[in-house]
Amino acid sequence: MIALRLEPREHTPVWLNVTLPLLAVLATLVICSGLIKLAGASVMAAYGKLFLSALSTRFNLVETAVKATPLVFTGLAVTVAFRAKFWNIGAEGQLLAGAMAAAFIGARQGLAAWCLVPAMIACGAAAGALWAVIPAVLKTRYKVDDVVTTLLLNFVIFYGMMALLDGPWKDPLSGYPDSPDIRMAAEFPILLKATRLHLGVLIAAVATPLVWLLMSKTTLGFAINAVGESPRAASFAGMSISGVILLTAVISGALAGLAGASEVGGLHFQVMAGISPGYGYTGIVIAMLARLNPLGVIPAAIFFAIIITGAEAMSRATGVPVFLADVIQGTALVTMLIALLFNQYRVRLRRVSNG
Amino acid sequence: MDEILAQVFQVGFFAALIRIATPLVFGTIGELFAERAGVLNLGIEGTMMLSAMTGFSAAYFSGNLWLGLLAAVVTGILAGLLMALLTVSLGLSQHVSGIGTTLLCSGLSFFFYRLIFGQPSSIPNIKPFAVVAIPGLSAIPVIGPIVFEQFALVYMAMAIVPLSAWVLYQTPWGLNLRTVGENPHAAYSAGVSVMAMRYQALMIAGALMGLAGAFLSMAQFNAYTFGVISGRGWVCIALIVFGQWSPWKSAAGALLFAFIDALQLRLQASSIINVPYQVFLMMPFVFTIIGMALVSRNARAPAALLKPFRKEER
Repeated sequence: MIALRLEPREHTPVWLNVTLPLLAVLATLVICSGLIKLAGASVMAAYGKLFLSALSTRFNLVETAVKATPLVFTGLAVTVAFRAKFWNIGAEGQLLAGAMAAAFIGARQGLAAWCLVPAMIACGAAAGALWAVIPAVLKTRYKVDDVVTTLLLNFVIFYGMMALLDGPWKDPLSGYPDSPDIRMAAEFPILLKATRLHLGVLIAAVATPLVWLLMSKTTLGFAINAVGESPRAASFAGMSISGVILLTAVISGALAGLAGASEVGGLHFQVMAGISPGYGYTGIVIAMLARLNPLGVIPAAIFFAIIITGAEAMSRATGVPVFLADVIQGTALVTMLIALLFNQYRVRLRRVSNG
Repeated sequence: MDEILAQVFQVGFFAALIRIATPLVFGTIGELFAERAGVLNLGIEGTMMLSAMTGFSAAYFSGNLWLGLLAAVVTGILAGLLMALLTVSLGLSQHVSGIGTTLLCSGLSFFFYRLIFGQPSSIPNIKPFAVVAIPGLSAIPVIGPIVFEQFALVYMAMAIVPLSAWVLYQTPWGLNLRTVGENPHAAYSAGVSVMAMRYQALMIAGALMGLAGAFLSMAQFNAYTFGVISGRGWVCIALIVFGQWSPWKSAAGALLFAFIDALQLRLQASSIINVPYQVFLMMPFVFTIIGMALVSRNARAPAALLKPFRKEER
């Protein structure tokens, strides 16, 4: 008889870092092809539309980068938080906080034109950080579970935002529950003529290596990792667990806040109900696919940007519901989690005697 | 102030309160079984969402509400099995597995709803569960119309609280379940299969979460919408912390939450206080967080919660 056996690995080979996410994605696509069949479409046609429409023209390529930008920010936000085992499921709410702050600052008439964009970025990050500090303080001071509070705070800020948009912050010109447009001078500069490639894309591209440096080359990054891996050892080493978790929350929230600020400053120029179609939650999937490595966040974010952009085209062409994109996200998270087993264990086939 | 009180506290208010509490009781007691066995099931929100969809769809096409209910329960059990596969058999992170289950299940519910119903101009609906007045008891003044003129599912929720308390605290199976959640190695040494107990707990949890979802799309409302759950699953997890992992206290927490929710609904409708209605929608979530902050310092979760069990590791 042959038995499957899981053996712990001594150390992880480097090639697994790339192979595992690819395997997970491949498994996801195979599983989800069943749904395409159920919808009565051709798998090749549907996947063709899903992946190729985002890459077909130069314009669409740029659009994919634009779409990936908030996902890079939320992916980084979750990466930093999860490293410390600060379970921040609230990137969605922190993104909204950042978006609201940026839209508020960007519409101020009293501010000098030159300082609008930097102020929006700074305030967006600060607002996101502030919204993330609430669950961190509740966790460190009152021992309230961070998963639940970050999740619930997403609802609090969403309804709070909608109350403002339906009340004092409603755009008097359109009458819709949208915030008034930001000033022209507050719109992020466009980096490539005749496209929507805005400053936020560049900030995301720069933030990624910076977060990597922070996590792998600085004392703070070391502390964040240490608290995540073994809080007891970290506290024996003289670190303040609470302090590290608070700082983690500030960084994580600020990154998610930047996602909101960048969406407002570079894309929508206002805040409205649909400003984030779940970017905060997608950030969790991205961070896991990136194996909590900041550098892995960019390819993972681009992958999901392609899917989110391509889903519309796929749905129009083949009739497969656009929500396939959501199923792919959930499936990818599950398959990646399973794939991570190969990281810790190796599968050994062993001959065993019957007994 | 008197005007507010007079408008709010009527028999209808308390009857509504009990209806609002019902899905929370199902979800909370379900989650309680999982957590008492040592597994945090963050899949609850998605499980409720998918069950609400399958239950509604089955009822829509069969014309039989009980068949719909069965579909919802089966859906819940399947979602529970997925959670069990990930967290019990494979020993993966319960946090991430739960979020993955929720994302997957809610994605599936959107996908299949669109696939089945397309994008019709009016939302498909069913004739939902009707109120069943219990003869005799419903004639009691005040209490009768509040407690004994409800949906069958409400009576089921009322029964599930003492039943779960009895199962958890008075039966050998319940003792085993709690031991598995507190000290799995001791349970294992005593010959209890940790795996089997956790699988059973997650399946029961899934079935009850299925009932919670079905109640929302088939009794409380008569249709499935993408916002049908809107955070109620997460609230259940908070209610367990608030209720210190006890079925009675958690159910009391559900009533308290339902009180605030019913109150905000009344205030929304009454237009006595003139603020955007979203402020009221926000209220229950704010109070839940405050409630958790008040009790969490002394909360004692099952000792083995979040910890995967492997025989060889001690």
